[in-house]
Parts: sequence; structure tokens; C-alpha cells
Amino acid sequence: MKYAAIAVLSALLALPGAAAAQLGGEPIIHDPSTIALSDGKYYTFGTGRGGLVSEDGWTWHSGGVRPGGGVAPDIIHIGDRYYVAYAVGGGGMNGGHASQIKVMWTHSLDPSSPAFGYHEVGVVAESNGIEDADAIDPAFLLADGRLWLSYGTYFGYIRMVELDPATGARRAGNQPVDIAIDMEATALLYRDGYYYLLGTHGTCCDGPNSSYNIRVGRSRSPTGPFVDHMGVPLLKGGGKLVVAGRGRRYGAGHFGLVDLGDGLEKFSMHYEADMDRSGRSVLAIEPLLWKDGWPVGGENLAAGTYEIESQRSGGALELAVDDTRIAFDARRSFFAPPNTPVSPIANQTLGEDQASWPSGPIKVDLGDYMIRPHQQWTVTPVAGAGGYFGAPYYSIVIAGTGRALAVSGDTVTTVPTFTDAPEQLWRIDQLTDGTYRITPKVTGQGPSRALIAVGASTPALAPFDPASVVGRWAFKRP
Amino acid sequence: MKPTKIAIVLAMSVVAPLTAGLAQQAPAPAPSFEPYFAAPTSAPLAPDADGFLQRWLLLEPIVKPNRSNIGFTQSYVRAALSDFPGRTEAVPRDGALIKTPEPLRWHALDARLFDVKLFNFAQSLGKPVYGVIFHAITVVDSPRDMHNVRLAVGSNAASMWWVNGTEAVGLYGDRRMVMDDGVSQPLTLHKGRNIIRGAVINGPGLSDFCVRFVDADGRPVRDLTIDLK
Repeated sequence: MKYAAIAVLSALLALPGAAAAQLGGEPIIHDPSTIALSDGKYYTFGTGRGGLVSEDGWTWHSGGVRPGGGVAPDIIHIGDRYYVAYAVGGGGMNGGHASQIKVMWTHSLDPSSPAFGYHEVGVVAESNGIEDADAIDPAFLLADGRLWLSYGTYFGYIRMVELDPATGARRAGNQPVDIAIDMEATALLYRDGYYYLLGTHGTCCDGPNSSYNIRVGRSRSPTGPFVDHMGVPLLKGGGKLVVAGRGRRYGAGHFGLVDLGDGLEKFSMHYEADMDRSGRSVLAIEPLLWKDGWPVGGENLAAGTYEIESQRSGGALELAVDDTRIAFDARRSFFAPPNTPVSPIANQTLGEDQASWPSGPIKVDLGDYMIRPHQQWTVTPVAGAGGYFGAPYYSIVIAGTGRALAVSGDTVTTVPTFTDAPEQLWRIDQLTDGTYRITPKVTGQGPSRALIAVGASTPALAPFDPASVVGRWAFKRP
Repeated sequence: MKPTKIAIVLAMSVVAPLTAGLAQQAPAPAPSFEPYFAAPTSAPLAPDADGFLQRWLLLEPIVKPNRSNIGFTQSYVRAALSDFPGRTEAVPRDGALIKTPEPLRWHALDARLFDVKLFNFAQSLGKPVYGVIFHAITVVDSPRDMHNVRLAVGSNAASMWWVNGTEAVGLYGDRRMVMDDGVSQPLTLHKGRNIIRGAVINGPGLSDFCVRFVDADGRPVRDLTIDLK
């Protein structure tokens, strides 16, 4: 059944406009923790024992060892320790709100490492089953040298406690602070002086009938008050939408930041139901955008045909070929009487444009966008090619042709036919401002390279600078 | 996460070996009104700083089993909440009994918080807390005719609300309680007494509501007094 589902998925990916696959392998999980890198592999733990492991952030398999069971753990890497928090008890719907959050640590998450081995820290938060709190769903944040832990669910308050980053234990004398209501599966971020409290609203655990969606509020203090973009306190039910289900995946919950560096931020979560995987709960990794100081769920680029516009010059990525004029008599436009009947004129066809193209490799440059076929690129996730942290590898070809954007040594060019070769596969990652970074799968030696506008009209492969616009691209409908 | 029945089975399986640790927790205190409610004073009460109405008559919960809140469609909720056990145009007195197979009592209470904690109300009375319907009534006294105000409600879970006998707000589905979740069309509060009535239905999980009036600019209406006469 699993293989049949993947085959269907692969077939869907071949269709223009089909939603990009999220992840490969068997990313089956519920309540995934923040993803942590240990010994060259990425780990996330979920409800129950164990979790998922991946070498590239794209293909995930069952793996990892997490004793203690319980629900909805979280991981944070501090110094030479990986702290893991998890809840034991609680989470009931008809009672069962007595719970404890425990912390343990290990030097490695890789069970084959000699440094692997959990050490119990003990209980850091609890609920007695009567009070307005249910101590499950812990989430770590290390900010300004202080370690915070939020927890809670719909039964009462979301609460914040402070832990000792040296030990993982609760700070002596620290008391829980109520910071939100009607939320669960919280997560914490710190950015530009704001603490962000993310959490899930809606109904869990009912497949495609789950209404789970991720919300956020922010505060200048880790203990609140957290408010949303409308100023509604999270203690009064507020929360700005970050991401909800879409397409074939329903019920987004359990946010976890994935900071890939170079200004590239993504987030992990689960979807309650992936309809291409029998409606099972799956791990997902999607781009994280920041708009007006708020985190917003981004989107992988959908398959389709686009102009690829440089954010440096506004120039369109194009084949460096002669422009062919569209037959047009300017006198018909400027000098004809206003009441002269009008009629449509066709855009230039591929055949008209293509007639002068050489047959071999053609270089690319950046030019004024003229709605010409040699400026229009069809971008398609390549089935079976894999990807990296939620972004599949794409082919980028001139629309209506097989002519593909490709790496050639240190330069970027096009080749007449797309062949699936690694040099023709591209990562297209949405950046936090909504534009995209385009990087080849094949990066060669030295620092990773991206498609860069090294001149107003000249694209090249060079290291990506997150502080500059030269490596940022917009994909626009042609 | 908020498990459904399916997830509860999963949770039971993973938690069972570890419940021994829970025995070390201090015994839970007995449920109490005290953190959430106070007995009303004889003086009328003003809305709080945000305009929330905190004085209410609450009817002990009516048992209405629902193992999930997913089924709270508009048609289901309308049918479930239309059966009010009493005269809808009347304001019961504190302690009045409703003649049902299991007699239910009205309780006059001042909420200490902006929201009325129905779960804790039922829990502290030793009444059912899950799979229940709550009815609530209050009376706001307006110093003048107030036009173009709106009733703004949040409830957990679904609810319906009436102002002077006219339906004003309905919240359906598996609702969380968020202030100003459902807001009525503009309405008029008459000079003098205005009766606000609501009913909240809940399956599993907590239940509460918050109610206020907002003006045409969305600001809270505070020049009201609340009593239960």
C-alpha cells in the first residue's frame, strides 16, 4: 500500500501545476519536536517512542531512540547536550489532566554513537488534574542565555517556566506564568527583541476533519503579555494565523523552527492528514516568511510557467538570443482615430521566437521582460529526484521545450534537452521576504553557490549573501 | 494535542507504563467556585474595563452526551439549544428550580474573570462537566436607547445568544473561546432593562464564554449596569 501511494504521488508530481511533494521516505509522525542535527543526521521525535531521522531533511525514515514515551516532546541543543522534554499523562478529553513534564539529556541523538545515552533531569512542570492547566506539549526556547519552557493544552492555560540551561532543571523558586488560553502544541521564537508564542488552534486527531491551524502572538517579555496583530491578548483567545491545511494536506500543528542559515528559515510541523498517504499524520517542512514582524507560512513554488525576475535589476532571466520583433505598425497605435475598431493581436509564439536559436547550449542573461517565449520558464518538481528540507529538486526549462537551465563548470547556461542529470536540478527555496533563492543541486567544491545577478544583466553562480538582493528572485506569472 | 477517542487509545498505550510517576504528585485540591466566581452583591455591577458582562444566572448543566465537538453543525446546535427549560422571556430568581427529571437550579454569580468558566461552575457543584448544555441569562440596564451596538461573544464550544428575545449570535462547530469571535448585526439596546440569554453546548474539554457589547467603532460599551432582576 505504501509503495502504491508513493507511485501515485510520483505520478502527480509529473503533472504541471501539481502540488509539490513535501517529503520523501516515510515521514509518518504526530506532534513532531523541533528538528535537531546530531552527528550529521537530523532527528525529530513525536508522540510515543522513537521518531524520524534524515540525512538531507527530505527523505525521512523511522529512527531515533527516545525513552519515556508520552506525548509531544521537544528537543533543544545547548552546548554539548541535547535536552529532550516530554509529557507523561494528561492530554485527556474527558478528564485525565494530571500530568508531568520531564526533561532528560544526551550528548548525541545517534543511538550508534558512543556519546549516546540519556540522563534524567526530572520533572520540570506538572498539573494536578484539577487546576486550569494540563502539563503536556513542552517547547523550549533559549534566548539571551536564558532557557524557557512553555507547555499546556486546551484545558486551561498555556504556561511558561524558566529552566537552567546548564542542567535542564527548573530554576529554583520559579513559578509558572499563565500566558495564553485555548491553545496547545506551543512553540517559542525570539527575534528582534520580540518573544513569539506559537500554538495550535482547532481540532486535533481526526484526519481530514481536523481543523488544526497554527497561530502566533508576541511580547517583549517571555512571560507576556502576548498579543496578536489585532492587539487581542492570547489570554483572551487571540492569535494570528501562521499556517493552515492546504491542498491535499489537512490540519497543520506543532510548529518547530528550522533555521538553515544564510537567512533561510523554514519550519517543521505535522499535517493531521496527508491524503496522498492514506490520510496519515505526516511531518512537513515549509518556508517561513516574516511580514511586518510576524511569522507567516510560505509556500514551495508550485509547478508552472513563470518569468524569473531578478530582485537586483528587475531583469528577466532569459536565453541570450536575438529578440524577434512582433510585427506591428506603430502608426496603427498612435495615429489611428480613436473610434477605429480594435482587435486582438497574438503574443509572439514559441516558433517565431525559436527560429533564430542555436541548437547547442545557449547562455542566459537578464533583460527587460518582453513577454517573449525565451523569457518564460516552466518549473517542475522532478519525481524521484529528492530535495532538501521540504523543497523538492526542480527542473527549469524554457516553456514548451526541453531546453533546461544547467550548471556548466562555474557558470550557468542552458542545454537543449533536460536529462535528469544532477547539473540540471535546482533547489528553489522561499526566503523570509517571500522571494526565492535558486541553488543548483550540484555545488562543487567550496562554498555553496546560488544563482546571482552579478551585474544588472548578468547572472552567475556565486555564494549567496542574505544581506543582498542579488541572489533573490521572484517568480511571476508570464 | 487534543486527542479524540482514537488518540486516547494511542495515548493510553504509551502512557500506561509511566503512570507510576504520577503517584508522587501532591493530591489535587477539591474543585471550588472561589477562583472563578463570587456571590453577587446587592449593587448593580458595571461591565469590566473591556466591557465584559460578568454577572450571570447560570443553570446547572443539562446532560447532552457528545463524545466529540466535531458534530456541532448549525442544524444540530439549533435543534439542541432551542429546547429551553423554562420561559424564555422571564428572568429566573437565584436558586429557582427547573422541573426536569433531575431538577436543575439557577445560580446567580459574578465571574471573577472576563470569561464565565462553565466547566468550573459545573465541576465545583459536582455536576457533569462533559457532554452538557449550559443556559445563561443576564440583564443589562441601559441609560438610554443605544443604537448600532453589537453583541460580541466567544464560547467553548458552540453557542447561541438572544437579546430581548431576538436571536443575535450563533457560534457553531468545535469552538475555542476567543473574545469577539461572533458579533451580531447592529442592534438597539433599549433604555432600561435588556435581557441577554445564551446557551452553550460542549462535549469533551473545557467550556466557557465571554460576552460584551461593542459600539459602531468596535469599542467596548461600558455605560451599562448589570443586575439580575
